[in-house]
Amino acid sequence: MAGYYHAEDLPHFADVGKNAPELWQKFADWYGAVFAEGALTEREKSLIALAVAHAVQCPYCIDAYTQACLEKGSNLDQMTEAVHVASAIRGGASLVHAVQMRNAAAKVNM
Amino acid sequence: MSLASGHHPLATPAEQLRVLNSPTRAQQPFERALEASGLFPLTATGITVFQINVGKLCNQTCGHCHVDAGPDRREIMTHETAELCVRALAQTDIPTVDVTGGAPELNPNFRWLVTEARSLGRHVMDRCNLSVLLLPSQEDLAEFLAVYEVEVIASLPYYQEHETDAQRGEGVFAKSIEALRKLNALGYGQPDSPLKLNLVYNPVGAFLPPAQHAIEADFRRELARRHGVVFHSLYTITNMPISRFLEFLLRTGNYDRYMERLIGAYNATAAAGVMCRYTLSIGWDGTLYDCDFNQMLDLPVDHGLPRHVRDFRPELFRRRIVVGQHCYGCTAGAGSSCGGTTTAA
Repeated sequence: MAGYYHAEDLPHFADVGKNAPELWQKFADWYGAVFAEGALTEREKSLIALAVAHAVQCPYCIDAYTQACLEKGSNLDQMTEAVHVASAIRGGASLVHAVQMRNAAAKVNM
Repeated sequence: MSLASGHHPLATPAEQLRVLNSPTRAQQPFERALEASGLFPLTATGITVFQINVGKLCNQTCGHCHVDAGPDRREIMTHETAELCVRALAQTDIPTVDVTGGAPELNPNFRWLVTEARSLGRHVMDRCNLSVLLLPSQEDLAEFLAVYEVEVIASLPYYQEHETDAQRGEGVFAKSIEALRKLNALGYGQPDSPLKLNLVYNPVGAFLPPAQHAIEADFRRELARRHGVVFHSLYTITNMPISRFLEFLLRTGNYDRYMERLIGAYNATAAAGVMCRYTLSIGWDGTLYDCDFNQMLDLPVDHGLPRHVRDFRPELFRRRIVVGQHCYGCTAGAGSSCGGTTTAA
Protein backbone atom coordinates (compact mmCIF):
# COMPACT_ATOMS: atom_id res chain seq x y z
CA MET A 1 0.00 0.00 0.00
CA ALA A 2 1.53 3.27 -1.16
CA GLY A 3 -0.03 5.38 1.57
CA TYR A 4 -3.18 6.46 3.34
CA TYR A 5 -5.91 9.03 2.83
CA HIS A 6 -6.21 9.43 -0.95
CA ALA A 7 -8.91 11.86 -2.08
CA GLU A 8 -9.92 9.48 -4.86
CA ASP A 9 -10.82 6.86 -2.23
CA LEU A 10 -13.71 8.92 -0.90
CA PRO A 11 -16.18 7.92 -3.68
CA HIS A 12 -15.46 4.28 -2.74
CA PHE A 13 -16.85 4.70 0.78
CA ALA A 14 -19.91 2.64 -0.18
CA ASP A 15 -17.65 -0.30 -1.08
CA VAL A 16 -17.48 -0.92 2.67
CA GLY A 17 -21.05 -2.20 2.26
CA LYS A 18 -19.89 -5.12 0.08
CA ASN A 19 -19.22 -6.95 3.31
CA ALA A 20 -21.96 -6.76 5.96
CA PRO A 21 -24.41 -5.09 3.54
CA GLU A 22 -27.25 -5.04 6.08
CA LEU A 23 -25.14 -3.11 8.55
CA TRP A 24 -24.09 -0.72 5.77
CA GLN A 25 -27.70 -0.14 4.78
CA LYS A 26 -28.67 0.64 8.36
CA PHE A 27 -25.78 3.10 8.56
CA ALA A 28 -26.67 4.70 5.21
CA ASP A 29 -30.33 5.12 6.15
CA TRP A 30 -29.47 6.54 9.54
CA TYR A 31 -26.80 8.84 8.09
CA GLY A 32 -29.24 10.18 5.50
CA ALA A 33 -31.90 10.79 8.12
CA VAL A 34 -29.43 12.56 10.41
CA PHE A 35 -28.53 15.11 7.73
CA ALA A 36 -32.07 15.76 6.50
CA GLU A 37 -33.61 19.08 7.45
CA GLY A 38 -35.28 18.83 10.84
CA ALA A 39 -35.13 21.00 13.94
CA LEU A 40 -31.78 22.08 12.51
CA THR A 41 -31.32 23.19 8.91
CA GLU A 42 -29.18 21.19 6.49
CA ARG A 43 -26.69 24.03 6.56
CA GLU A 44 -26.42 24.01 10.35
CA LYS A 45 -25.90 20.25 10.29
CA SER A 46 -23.17 20.58 7.66
CA LEU A 47 -21.36 23.18 9.78
CA ILE A 48 -21.56 20.87 12.82
CA ALA A 49 -20.24 18.01 10.67
CA LEU A 50 -17.37 20.18 9.44
CA ALA A 51 -16.45 21.12 13.00
CA VAL A 52 -16.60 17.50 14.18
CA ALA A 53 -14.57 16.42 11.14
CA HIS A 54 -11.77 18.66 12.39
CA ALA A 55 -12.14 17.40 15.95
CA VAL A 56 -11.80 13.78 14.82
CA GLN A 57 -9.28 14.87 12.16
CA CYS A 58 -10.84 12.92 9.31
CA PRO A 59 -9.49 14.22 5.98
CA TYR A 60 -12.31 12.53 4.03
CA CYS A 61 -14.91 14.25 6.19
CA ILE A 62 -13.13 17.61 5.98
CA ASP A 63 -13.12 17.34 2.16
CA ALA A 64 -16.74 16.22 1.96
CA TYR A 65 -18.12 18.75 4.44
CA THR A 66 -16.13 21.68 3.10
CA GLN A 67 -17.88 21.01 -0.22
CA ALA A 68 -21.20 20.43 1.55
CA CYS A 69 -20.96 23.66 3.56
CA LEU A 70 -20.25 25.67 0.40
CA GLU A 71 -23.15 23.97 -1.36
CA LYS A 72 -25.41 24.91 1.55
CA GLY A 73 -24.45 28.58 1.15
CA SER A 74 -21.96 28.90 4.01
CA ASN A 75 -18.91 31.07 3.53
CA LEU A 76 -15.33 30.71 4.73
CA ASP A 77 -15.88 33.09 7.65
CA GLN A 78 -18.68 30.89 8.99
CA MET A 79 -16.79 27.67 8.31
CA THR A 80 -13.66 29.00 10.03
CA GLU A 81 -15.69 29.97 13.10
CA ALA A 82 -17.18 26.47 13.19
CA VAL A 83 -13.67 24.96 13.19
CA HIS A 84 -12.69 27.34 16.00
CA VAL A 85 -15.64 26.06 18.02
CA ALA A 86 -14.40 22.48 17.59
CA SER A 87 -10.84 23.55 18.39
CA ALA A 88 -11.94 25.49 21.47
CA ILE A 89 -13.75 22.44 22.80
CA ARG A 90 -10.72 20.25 22.10
CA GLY A 91 -8.42 22.77 23.78
CA GLY A 92 -10.83 23.35 26.62
CA ALA A 93 -11.21 19.62 27.15
CA SER A 94 -7.46 19.40 27.74
CA LEU A 95 -7.33 22.46 29.89
CA VAL A 96 -10.25 21.51 32.10
CA HIS A 97 -8.26 18.45 33.14
CA ALA A 98 -5.98 20.87 34.93
CA VAL A 99 -8.60 20.72 37.65
CA GLN A 100 -7.69 17.03 38.05
CA MET A 101 -4.05 18.06 38.18
CA ARG A 102 -4.79 20.63 40.80
CA ASN A 103 -6.82 18.16 42.85
CA ALA A 104 -4.08 15.55 42.61
CA ALA A 105 -1.42 18.08 43.53
CA ALA A 106 -3.48 19.43 46.42
CA LYS A 107 -3.79 15.94 47.79
CA VAL A 108 -0.04 15.30 47.96
CA ASN A 109 1.28 18.79 48.51
CA MET A 110 1.81 20.11 51.98
CA MET B 1 -8.82 39.61 -20.70
CA SER B 2 -11.21 37.27 -22.47
CA LEU B 3 -10.16 33.80 -23.64
CA ALA B 4 -10.73 35.04 -27.18
CA SER B 5 -8.33 37.98 -26.87
CA GLY B 6 -5.76 35.75 -25.19
CA HIS B 7 -6.05 33.27 -28.09
CA HIS B 8 -6.73 30.52 -25.55
CA PRO B 9 -7.64 27.17 -27.14
CA LEU B 10 -10.84 27.08 -25.05
CA ALA B 11 -12.02 30.25 -26.75
CA THR B 12 -13.31 28.03 -29.55
CA PRO B 13 -16.53 26.04 -29.10
CA ALA B 14 -14.87 23.11 -30.90
CA GLU B 15 -12.20 22.79 -28.21
CA GLN B 16 -14.77 23.07 -25.42
CA LEU B 17 -16.87 20.35 -27.01
CA ARG B 18 -13.76 18.21 -27.48
CA VAL B 19 -13.10 18.39 -23.73
CA LEU B 20 -16.74 17.78 -22.81
CA ASN B 21 -17.01 14.80 -25.18
CA SER B 22 -13.59 13.38 -24.43
CA PRO B 23 -13.82 9.56 -24.51
CA THR B 24 -11.19 9.31 -21.79
CA ARG B 25 -13.62 10.66 -19.27
CA ALA B 26 -16.10 8.08 -18.00
CA GLN B 27 -19.34 9.96 -18.30
CA GLN B 28 -22.79 8.77 -19.19
CA PRO B 29 -23.95 10.61 -22.32
CA PHE B 30 -26.62 13.17 -21.45
CA GLU B 31 -28.98 11.62 -24.00
CA ARG B 32 -28.79 8.35 -22.03
CA ALA B 33 -29.80 10.13 -18.83
CA LEU B 34 -32.75 11.70 -20.67
CA GLU B 35 -33.73 8.30 -22.07
CA ALA B 36 -33.77 6.77 -18.60
CA SER B 37 -36.07 9.61 -17.52
CA GLY B 38 -38.42 9.15 -20.48
CA LEU B 39 -37.44 12.59 -21.81
CA PHE B 40 -35.52 11.65 -24.96
CA PRO B 41 -35.72 13.28 -27.43
CA LEU B 42 -36.11 16.47 -25.45
CA THR B 43 -38.67 18.76 -27.07
CA ALA B 44 -39.87 22.30 -26.54
CA THR B 45 -43.29 22.71 -24.98
CA GLY B 46 -43.74 26.14 -26.55
CA ILE B 47 -41.93 29.47 -26.34
CA THR B 48 -42.75 31.82 -23.51
CA VAL B 49 -39.32 33.49 -23.34
CA PHE B 50 -37.71 35.19 -26.36
CA GLN B 51 -34.15 35.56 -25.15
CA ILE B 52 -32.00 37.95 -27.16
CA ASN B 53 -28.27 37.98 -26.57
CA VAL B 54 -27.24 41.35 -27.97
CA GLY B 55 -23.53 40.61 -27.81
CA LYS B 56 -20.36 39.87 -25.95
CA LEU B 57 -19.34 43.42 -25.05
CA CYS B 58 -19.22 43.91 -21.29
CA ASN B 59 -17.58 46.31 -18.83
CA GLN B 60 -16.60 43.35 -16.61
CA THR B 61 -14.56 40.19 -17.21
CA CYS B 62 -16.00 37.71 -14.72
CA GLY B 63 -14.06 34.52 -14.02
CA HIS B 64 -16.98 32.19 -14.64
CA CYS B 65 -18.54 33.91 -17.69
CA HIS B 66 -20.02 31.40 -20.13
CA VAL B 67 -20.09 34.08 -22.84
CA ASP B 68 -16.37 34.94 -22.53
CA ALA B 69 -17.61 38.52 -22.52
CA GLY B 70 -15.50 41.57 -21.78
CA PRO B 71 -14.51 45.10 -22.77
CA ASP B 72 -12.31 43.60 -25.49
CA ARG B 73 -15.17 41.84 -27.29
CA ARG B 74 -16.72 43.59 -30.27
CA GLU B 75 -19.39 41.10 -31.41
CA ILE B 76 -22.67 42.94 -30.87
CA MET B 77 -26.10 42.86 -32.51
CA THR B 78 -26.66 45.40 -35.28
CA HIS B 79 -29.79 47.51 -35.62
CA GLU B 80 -30.76 45.48 -38.67
CA THR B 81 -30.67 42.21 -36.71
CA ALA B 82 -32.49 43.83 -33.79
CA GLU B 83 -35.23 44.82 -36.25
CA LEU B 84 -35.46 41.20 -37.43
CA CYS B 85 -35.89 40.14 -33.80
CA VAL B 86 -38.73 42.61 -33.28
CA ARG B 87 -40.35 41.51 -36.56
CA ALA B 88 -40.22 37.85 -35.46
CA LEU B 89 -41.52 38.74 -32.02
CA ALA B 90 -44.44 40.66 -33.50
CA GLN B 91 -45.58 37.49 -35.33
CA THR B 92 -46.06 35.75 -31.99
CA ASP B 93 -47.71 36.21 -28.65
CA ILE B 94 -44.56 35.26 -26.70
CA PRO B 95 -45.09 37.18 -23.45
CA THR B 96 -41.52 37.75 -22.27
CA VAL B 97 -38.43 39.22 -23.87
CA ASP B 98 -35.23 38.45 -21.97
CA VAL B 99 -32.33 40.67 -23.02
CA THR B 100 -28.86 39.45 -22.15
CA GLY B 101 -25.21 39.79 -23.13
CA GLY B 102 -22.39 40.69 -22.21
CA ALA B 103 -23.70 43.82 -20.65
CA PRO B 104 -26.72 44.20 -22.94
CA GLU B 105 -27.14 47.86 -22.06
CA LEU B 106 -23.84 48.69 -23.79
CA ASN B 107 -25.28 47.74 -27.15
CA PRO B 108 -26.39 51.03 -28.78
CA ASN B 109 -29.60 49.28 -29.91
CA PHE B 110 -30.58 48.13 -26.41
CA ARG B 111 -32.96 50.96 -25.63
CA TRP B 112 -34.57 50.76 -29.06
CA LEU B 113 -35.12 47.04 -28.58
CA VAL B 114 -36.66 47.57 -25.15
CA THR B 115 -39.05 50.30 -26.30
CA GLU B 116 -40.14 48.21 -29.33
CA ALA B 117 -40.77 45.11 -27.21
CA ARG B 118 -42.69 47.17 -24.67
CA SER B 119 -44.76 48.80 -27.41
CA LEU B 120 -45.72 45.28 -28.50
CA GLY B 121 -47.00 44.78 -24.95
CA ARG B 122 -44.31 42.30 -23.94
CA HIS B 123 -42.73 41.99 -20.53
CA VAL B 124 -39.01 42.82 -20.77
CA MET B 125 -36.23 41.51 -18.56
CA ASP B 126 -32.73 43.01 -18.51
CA ARG B 127 -29.89 40.75 -17.32
CA CYS B 128 -27.85 43.45 -15.66
CA ASN B 129 -24.38 43.23 -14.13
CA LEU B 130 -25.24 46.25 -11.90
CA SER B 131 -21.90 48.05 -12.31
CA VAL B 132 -23.00 49.12 -15.80
CA LEU B 133 -25.54 51.42 -14.12
CA LEU B 134 -22.66 53.52 -12.76
CA LEU B 135 -20.84 54.09 -16.03
CA PRO B 136 -20.81 57.78 -17.03
CA SER B 137 -22.30 56.83 -20.41
CA GLN B 138 -25.20 55.07 -18.66
CA GLU B 139 -26.07 57.74 -16.11
CA ASP B 140 -29.77 57.69 -17.08
CA LEU B 141 -30.02 53.93 -17.59
CA ALA B 142 -31.72 53.12 -14.28
CA GLU B 143 -34.37 55.79 -14.93
CA PHE B 144 -34.89 54.44 -18.46
CA LEU B 145 -35.44 50.93 -17.11
CA ALA B 146 -37.91 52.26 -14.54
CA VAL B 147 -39.89 54.31 -17.07
CA TYR B 148 -40.35 51.23 -19.27
CA GLU B 149 -40.98 48.99 -16.25
CA VAL B 150 -38.20 46.65 -17.29
CA GLU B 151 -37.62 43.80 -14.85
CA VAL B 152 -34.02 43.86 -13.66
CA ILE B 153 -32.32 40.50 -13.17
CA ALA B 154 -29.10 41.44 -11.43
CA SER B 155 -26.03 39.26 -10.95
CA LEU B 156 -24.69 39.15 -7.42
CA PRO B 157 -22.94 35.89 -6.59
CA TYR B 158 -22.70 36.52 -2.85
CA TYR B 159 -23.71 39.00 -0.18
CA GLN B 160 -20.09 39.57 0.82
CA GLU B 161 -17.37 41.54 -0.93
CA HIS B 162 -14.63 38.92 -0.87
CA GLU B 163 -16.57 36.21 -2.70
CA THR B 164 -18.18 38.58 -5.20
CA ASP B 165 -14.94 40.33 -6.13
CA ALA B 166 -13.11 37.00 -6.42
CA GLN B 167 -15.43 36.07 -9.26
CA ARG B 168 -16.39 39.37 -10.84
CA GLY B 169 -13.33 41.57 -10.30
CA GLU B 170 -11.96 43.88 -7.64
CA GLY B 171 -14.35 46.62 -6.61
CA VAL B 172 -17.37 45.05 -8.29
CA PHE B 173 -19.19 44.31 -5.02
CA ALA B 174 -19.04 47.93 -3.86
CA LYS B 175 -20.30 49.11 -7.26
CA SER B 176 -23.04 46.49 -7.21
CA ILE B 177 -24.28 47.72 -3.84
CA GLU B 178 -24.24 51.33 -5.04
CA ALA B 179 -26.21 50.30 -8.13
CA LEU B 180 -28.72 48.33 -6.05
CA ARG B 181 -29.26 51.38 -3.86
CA LYS B 182 -29.85 53.45 -6.97
CA LEU B 183 -32.45 50.93 -8.16
CA ASN B 184 -34.07 50.77 -4.73
CA ALA B 185 -34.34 54.57 -4.69
CA LEU B 186 -36.32 54.39 -7.94
CA GLY B 187 -38.69 51.86 -6.39
CA TYR B 188 -37.03 48.71 -7.69
CA GLY B 189 -37.21 45.81 -5.27
CA GLN B 190 -39.52 47.60 -2.84
CA PRO B 191 -42.42 45.59 -1.41
CA ASP B 192 -45.47 45.71 -3.72
CA SER B 193 -43.55 47.76 -6.31
CA PRO B 194 -44.24 46.88 -9.94
CA LEU B 195 -40.54 47.52 -10.61
CA LYS B 196 -39.18 44.01 -10.22
CA LEU B 197 -35.64 43.54 -8.98
CA ASN B 198 -34.47 39.94 -8.80
CA LEU B 199 -30.97 38.79 -7.96
CA VAL B 200 -28.97 35.91 -9.40
CA TYR B 201 -26.69 33.82 -7.20
CA ASN B 202 -24.12 31.52 -8.71
CA PRO B 203 -21.46 29.57 -6.81
CA VAL B 204 -18.06 31.22 -6.48
CA GLY B 205 -16.25 27.99 -7.28
CA ALA B 206 -16.59 24.36 -8.30
CA PHE B 207 -19.64 23.42 -6.29
CA LEU B 208 -23.40 23.33 -6.70
CA PRO B 209 -25.68 26.15 -5.53
CA PRO B 210 -27.47 25.91 -2.19
CA ALA B 211 -31.22 25.53 -1.81
CA GLN B 212 -32.71 28.63 -3.43
CA HIS B 213 -35.05 29.47 -0.55
CA ALA B 214 -32.25 29.17 2.01
CA ILE B 215 -29.72 31.40 0.26
CA GLU B 216 -32.46 33.88 -0.68
CA ALA B 217 -33.23 34.27 3.03
CA ASP B 218 -29.52 34.89 3.74
CA PHE B 219 -29.24 37.49 0.99
CA ARG B 220 -32.41 39.23 2.15
CA ARG B 221 -31.24 39.40 5.76
CA GLU B 222 -27.61 40.31 5.10
CA LEU B 223 -28.16 42.84 2.30
CA ALA B 224 -30.78 44.62 4.40
CA ARG B 225 -28.70 44.52 7.59
CA ARG B 226 -25.35 45.48 6.09
CA HIS B 227 -26.37 47.71 3.19
CA GLY B 228 -30.05 48.59 3.48
CA VAL B 229 -30.70 46.92 0.12
CA VAL B 230 -33.99 45.18 -0.73
CA PHE B 231 -35.00 42.95 -3.63
CA HIS B 232 -37.88 40.72 -4.66
CA SER B 233 -36.53 37.22 -5.40
CA LEU B 234 -33.22 35.47 -5.74
CA TYR B 235 -32.50 32.84 -8.40
CA THR B 236 -29.76 30.27 -8.06
CA ILE B 237 -27.87 29.29 -11.20
CA THR B 238 -25.35 26.46 -11.56
CA ASN B 239 -22.05 27.31 -13.22
CA MET B 240 -21.91 25.72 -16.66
CA PRO B 241 -18.78 23.72 -17.52
CA ILE B 242 -18.11 25.80 -20.62
CA SER B 243 -15.97 28.76 -21.65
CA ARG B 244 -14.21 30.58 -18.78
CA PHE B 245 -15.61 28.33 -16.06
CA LEU B 246 -14.41 25.28 -18.00
CA GLU B 247 -10.98 26.89 -18.23
CA PHE B 248 -11.06 27.43 -14.44
CA LEU B 249 -12.09 23.80 -13.84
CA LEU B 250 -9.30 22.44 -16.00
CA ARG B 251 -6.64 24.86 -14.72
CA THR B 252 -7.40 24.04 -11.09
CA GLY B 253 -7.80 20.27 -11.52
CA ASN B 254 -11.49 20.42 -10.60
CA TYR B 255 -12.98 19.34 -13.93
CA ASP B 256 -13.47 15.61 -13.36
CA ARG B 257 -14.86 16.01 -9.88
CA TYR B 258 -17.22 18.80 -10.93
CA MET B 259 -18.58 16.77 -13.84
CA GLU B 260 -19.01 13.76 -11.56
CA ARG B 261 -20.89 16.02 -9.16
CA LEU B 262 -23.19 17.31 -11.91
CA ILE B 263 -23.82 13.85 -13.35
CA GLY B 264 -24.28 12.26 -9.92
CA ALA B 265 -26.83 14.93 -9.04
CA TYR B 266 -28.88 14.43 -12.26
CA ASN B 267 -32.53 14.98 -11.38
CA ALA B 268 -35.24 13.84 -13.80
CA THR B 269 -37.72 16.37 -12.38
CA ALA B 270 -35.22 19.17 -12.96
CA ALA B 271 -34.61 17.87 -16.48
CA ALA B 272 -38.33 18.00 -17.27
CA GLY B 273 -38.37 21.71 -16.40
CA VAL B 274 -35.25 22.95 -18.18
CA MET B 275 -35.54 26.40 -19.74
CA CYS B 276 -34.77 25.33 -23.32
CA ARG B 277 -38.22 23.75 -23.37
CA TYR B 278 -39.87 27.17 -23.21
CA THR B 279 -37.12 29.53 -24.45
CA LEU B 280 -35.83 30.53 -27.86
CA SER B 281 -32.36 32.06 -27.77
CA ILE B 282 -31.21 34.49 -30.45
CA GLY B 283 -27.52 35.24 -30.94
CA TRP B 284 -25.99 38.64 -31.66
CA ASP B 285 -25.85 37.75 -35.37
CA GLY B 286 -29.46 36.51 -35.46
CA THR B 287 -28.71 32.79 -35.26
CA LEU B 288 -31.30 30.75 -33.35
CA TYR B 289 -30.42 28.45 -30.45
CA ASP B 290 -32.22 26.39 -27.83
CA CYS B 291 -30.46 28.26 -25.03
CA ASP B 292 -27.70 30.76 -24.30
CA PHE B 293 -25.27 27.93 -23.45
CA ASN B 294 -25.82 26.16 -26.77
CA GLN B 295 -25.28 29.58 -28.32
CA MET B 296 -21.81 29.83 -26.77
CA LEU B 297 -20.98 26.30 -27.93
CA ASP B 298 -22.09 27.17 -31.45
CA LEU B 299 -24.88 24.56 -31.40
CA PRO B 300 -27.80 26.19 -33.25
CA VAL B 301 -31.30 24.75 -33.48
CA ASP B 302 -31.26 21.65 -35.62
CA HIS B 303 -33.46 18.99 -37.15
CA GLY B 304 -34.37 20.94 -40.29
CA LEU B 305 -35.55 24.09 -38.55
CA PRO B 306 -34.70 27.61 -39.68
CA ARG B 307 -31.48 28.79 -38.11
CA HIS B 308 -31.81 32.54 -38.42
CA VAL B 309 -34.30 34.94 -36.90
CA ARG B 310 -35.12 36.33 -40.36
CA ASP B 311 -36.63 32.90 -41.14
CA PHE B 312 -38.58 32.60 -37.87
CA ARG B 313 -41.44 30.13 -38.20
CA PRO B 314 -44.05 28.74 -35.78
CA GLU B 315 -42.51 25.23 -36.06
CA LEU B 316 -39.83 26.49 -33.70
CA PHE B 317 -42.38 26.41 -30.87
CA ARG B 318 -42.39 22.58 -30.82
CA ARG B 319 -38.83 21.86 -31.87
CA ARG B 320 -36.53 19.08 -30.84
CA ILE B 321 -33.76 20.42 -28.62
CA VAL B 322 -30.03 20.01 -29.21
CA VAL B 323 -28.35 18.56 -26.10
CA GLY B 324 -24.81 17.72 -24.95
CA GLN B 325 -22.74 16.92 -21.87
CA HIS B 326 -22.90 20.54 -20.70
CA CYS B 327 -26.66 20.07 -20.21
CA TYR B 328 -25.91 18.24 -16.95
CA GLY B 329 -25.35 21.74 -15.56
CA CYS B 330 -29.07 22.49 -15.85
CA THR B 331 -30.31 19.17 -14.49
CA ALA B 332 -28.20 18.80 -11.34
CA GLY B 333 -29.87 18.99 -7.95
CA ALA B 334 -32.82 21.34 -7.94
CA GLY B 335 -32.05 22.27 -11.56
CA SER B 336 -30.82 25.52 -13.01
CA SER B 337 -32.16 28.07 -15.45
CA CYS B 338 -32.14 31.81 -16.08
CA GLY B 339 -35.13 31.85 -13.72
CA GLY B 340 -33.43 29.82 -11.01
CA THR B 341 -34.24 26.26 -10.02
CA THR B 342 -36.35 24.18 -12.36
CA THR B 343 -38.10 22.27 -9.59
CA ALA B 344 -40.52 23.55 -6.99
CA ALA B 345 -38.59 25.03 -4.08
